[in-house]
Amino acid sequence: MSRAQRNRLEAGGLVDRSQVLDFSFDGKRYRGHAGDTLASALLANGVRLVGRSFKYHRPRGIFSAGAEEPSALVELRDGGRREPNTRATVAELYDGLEATSQNRWPSLGLDVLSMNRLVAPFLGAGFYYKTFMWPAKAWEKLYEPFIRRAAGLGRAAEGTDPDHYEKATTFCDVLVIGAGPAGLMAALAAGRTGARVILADEDFLPGGRLNAEVHEIGGQQGAAYAAHVAAELASLPNVRVMTRTTVFGVYDGGTYGALEKVNDHLRVPSPFQPRHRFWRIVARRAVLAAGATERPIVFGGNDRPGVMLAGAVGTYVQRFAVRPGRHVALFANNDAAWRGMLAAQAAGANVEAIVDVRGDVASVLTEAAKAKDIRVFTGARVIATHGKKLRTIDVASAERGHERLYIDTLAVSGGWSPAVHLTCHHGGRPVWNEAVAAFVPGATPPGLSVAGAANGSFALGAILKEGAQQGAEAAEALGFPVPPLDVPHTSEESTALQPFWHVADSKGAAFVDLQNDVTAKDVGIAHREGFRSVEHLKRYTTLGMATDQGRTSNVTGLAIMAELTGASIAETGTTIFRPPYTPVSLGALAGHHRGKDFRPVRLTPTHEWAAKLGAVFVETGPWLRAQYFPRKGEKDWLETVTREVKAVRSSVGLIDVSTFGKIDLQGPDVGTFLDRVYINTFSTLAVGKARYGVMLREDGMVMDDGTTARLAPEHYVMTTTTANAAKVYQHLEFCLQVLWPELDVSLASVSEHWAQIAIAGPVARTVLSRVVDKDVDVSDAALPFMGAIEGTVMGGVKARLFRLSFSGELGYEIAVPARQGAKLAQALMEAGHEYGITPYGTEALGVMRIEKGHVSGNELSGQTTAGDLGLGRMASPKKDYIGRVMAGRAGLIDPDRPSLVGFKPADRTKRLRAGAHFLGLGAPADMAHDEGYMTSVAYSPHLGHWIGLGLLKGGAKRVGDRVRAYDPVRGEEFELEVCAPGFIDPQGERLRG
Amino acid sequence: MRIPCPYCGERDAHEFAYLGDATLTRPDPAAEDAEARFHDYVYLRDNPAGAHVEWWYHANGCRQWLKVERDTRTHAIAAARAAREADTPAGDAA
Repeated sequence: MSRAQRNRLEAGGLVDRSQVLDFSFDGKRYRGHAGDTLASALLANGVRLVGRSFKYHRPRGIFSAGAEEPSALVELRDGGRREPNTRATVAELYDGLEATSQNRWPSLGLDVLSMNRLVAPFLGAGFYYKTFMWPAKAWEKLYEPFIRRAAGLGRAAEGTDPDHYEKATTFCDVLVIGAGPAGLMAALAAGRTGARVILADEDFLPGGRLNAEVHEIGGQQGAAYAAHVAAELASLPNVRVMTRTTVFGVYDGGTYGALEKVNDHLRVPSPFQPRHRFWRIVARRAVLAAGATERPIVFGGNDRPGVMLAGAVGTYVQRFAVRPGRHVALFANNDAAWRGMLAAQAAGANVEAIVDVRGDVASVLTEAAKAKDIRVFTGARVIATHGKKLRTIDVASAERGHERLYIDTLAVSGGWSPAVHLTCHHGGRPVWNEAVAAFVPGATPPGLSVAGAANGSFALGAILKEGAQQGAEAAEALGFPVPPLDVPHTSEESTALQPFWHVADSKGAAFVDLQNDVTAKDVGIAHREGFRSVEHLKRYTTLGMATDQGRTSNVTGLAIMAELTGASIAETGTTIFRPPYTPVSLGALAGHHRGKDFRPVRLTPTHEWAAKLGAVFVETGPWLRAQYFPRKGEKDWLETVTREVKAVRSSVGLIDVSTFGKIDLQGPDVGTFLDRVYINTFSTLAVGKARYGVMLREDGMVMDDGTTARLAPEHYVMTTTTANAAKVYQHLEFCLQVLWPELDVSLASVSEHWAQIAIAGPVARTVLSRVVDKDVDVSDAALPFMGAIEGTVMGGVKARLFRLSFSGELGYEIAVPARQGAKLAQALMEAGHEYGITPYGTEALGVMRIEKGHVSGNELSGQTTAGDLGLGRMASPKKDYIGRVMAGRAGLIDPDRPSLVGFKPADRTKRLRAGAHFLGLGAPADMAHDEGYMTSVAYSPHLGHWIGLGLLKGGAKRVGDRVRAYDPVRGEEFELEVCAPGFIDPQGERLRG
Repeated sequence: MRIPCPYCGERDAHEFAYLGDATLTRPDPAAEDAEARFHDYVYLRDNPAGAHVEWWYHANGCRQWLKVERDTRTHAIAAARAAREADTPAGDAA
């Protein structure tokens, strides 16, 4: 049975009392209402102790009512959805919510590690740096595990997050950040001009302070007025109101990052909905109306549960109709806090005392307080607090000496700090404004203006005016006609404040940064030890480095440092803020790119066909290709691959080679162009012929290889390796557009347009002749080795026929429109049935090219020259080409460079390993004697033992030598015979057959 | 960052591939000191804080190489022209 919400006020608030939501905290069950946050619902149920502090394990409560919360961090949900360090103050309550406290053991009430408090004097600033310096080894084994357990935040999620996250991009004319009074007015002013407006706010309810305070605007209650404006905005077709959306960063060119918490307010996301959505908002103009964060006053014992920002007390009372405690007092230095407290009193909070550091407070405030039987202490300060949860406070004043008050809720206000964070994202530095005693925006990112409290304007009338003005100006700058906008009337309000930071003569630990447990004393230590610049202060004490990024502590910390150094706050300066404004979930950053979807997988045109034949697939670049086609009874992949190779060498086989890059080149200058990008000559290539080409990078290293065919005088088609398809295309465009714009050549990538299937083996021609149409002659005379013709296959299907061979056998490649690829594969299977035509995969292809001594990706490593690969003689001396000059450098033509040769194990039973290094016989195994390494190995069915290709110092002149293969990774070492890199048919008789 | 592609309009930088300094000219391969010149062309780059003229390739768009003038400190883009049209006197900002 749930207990009653004993601290819920009888009336008022913006919660929906008709909707009762069940939730639990640390296993205990409670009830709240729709419209509550977890924090407001906990307070409504009288729960005040919600966590233990980071370092000293001190009991902590709810300190704020917003994103600045340093203390009330809880774990939400469980398993793969568990979310540690969730600020209870911004977690929207939902039915079935389960939260647990963090950083306590065995329980929140009794925490063993709170004994850290007893050694607190030794745990001050720089403690880790000073204490854990020696011995270094103890870090990993002793110190770090201990610190990690003791100084913990929450536990990360376990298991895979079951939810979806997505990314989206949108565009607008004016982005308004924050839907408080300034933001609402800015959006209204810009929206009424017809400009496309996005209004984003992290809260689920627009209105900002209008929902948390009591105001009258144009004859309406503040909250009602906010609802009224939000409704008008929602009705405008050109305005989009995005609630639960935090704009967290300003990027270049008017790009803003935003996180929309689409489904955090539900126990599990609704069907087909993401949990979070990561927005990239491109805005021509933006108005920052992010408001301000209240800052505390630092005094001894200011961290007890029950000490709370004054604005938060007002928010809980006015917006959530929750009494944070039974006996409330205010400790402040400004008029706004008084007004909030008087309004809270009127709404049903029991405010018993107001303590103000100022000796002279406007009588309109003091009289109003006294009229309500609130005790007023002016020129006074809180010097101590008592109780595990706050029970009493000690007040000192010149007038009345020391007095102890029985208070369980102390509202504190030291003034307000504008939320300038986003203005810093392009390097802008906030500047100290003495008049409002706050850092206000300095230089802002291009296109971003600031309105309202974020700009240091704290009076509501000024905020409304500034919002309307900035919104109108943003739209006007974009050329939208601006109709006059009446800014509604609101009463004048005083923002008087006397800067006050720290009660120096207070007793007990006085916390500046509640989340990282940094005290005023720590700031003093940093000062004494010379860490006086704000950047050093921050890093040495960790002030402001917790997940709240010092929302409530930065300014106070540096003000205390300024007091110590005797410099002004303006001279002391401030650290700046970087994105993100509030934490962004990793899921949202990843979006759909996780697990198997990390990047898209491309399937070949024959994928389904190969899958039906039981192919095992392998990732090659973005593609999935058939690796081999195992048959029943085969004991391993090697047996399968060996069968496939033997079938090709003895009869015929087929493989999908569609993944090669294909580039169509047309125009009168294609020949000239190719001569400049390939080391060999293509302008002389006859129509109907293909040629193998090698292209270099400008630094002289091989970039790619492949065959290029000339289909017509001004029409060539190039193939590239699978891996380099996009890179080569980009390179060719660079050459054409940048280097030689005078050449008349057009390029098109046609990799996706053509399915290409290679058939190879002694009977390949017979099989081919059965799929081509009658009028297509594929005889040796009509289609000789390296021939390339166009024709039709399978009854009218357009095709390109190339007589090429990677395997060393008589071979053809048949290209058909991609959608005909599977049909072609099937037609070839049927045509070759009587010869036992065998589909083979990339493994068998690799074996055959190694047997043949062809280079591939392993050899085209980006560190090899054409000479290294035995292709140097292809280079034409009659012309210039990309990479020619640099390839001629002395180091690259050194005959001792490691270059391509073949290898056989001296003991033919040994298995070769790629990556093994070569050493001379008897040479020590060190880098000084390294002679190169093995790049590719295969079991050769033709020879019946393992063979390899590798780059060996001296290369071809070493043929006949013996070297050692040294493989320390596998602990292997044995002798090799060096041979020419062609293990089968070195004269190439098979492929010309 | 957003790049104003002369063909496609302003697009997010994610659509583009970056190459670097666009003020370099491929040296005359027939020059006597061609190797030294190519060495500089291939390897030596300035790293200015400020205006920088550089190549960007609109890989996920029109596939045009663009000559973009960008301030390396602010990412503000002063101009973007297609490579083929950039070699007018106005195009060579550096």
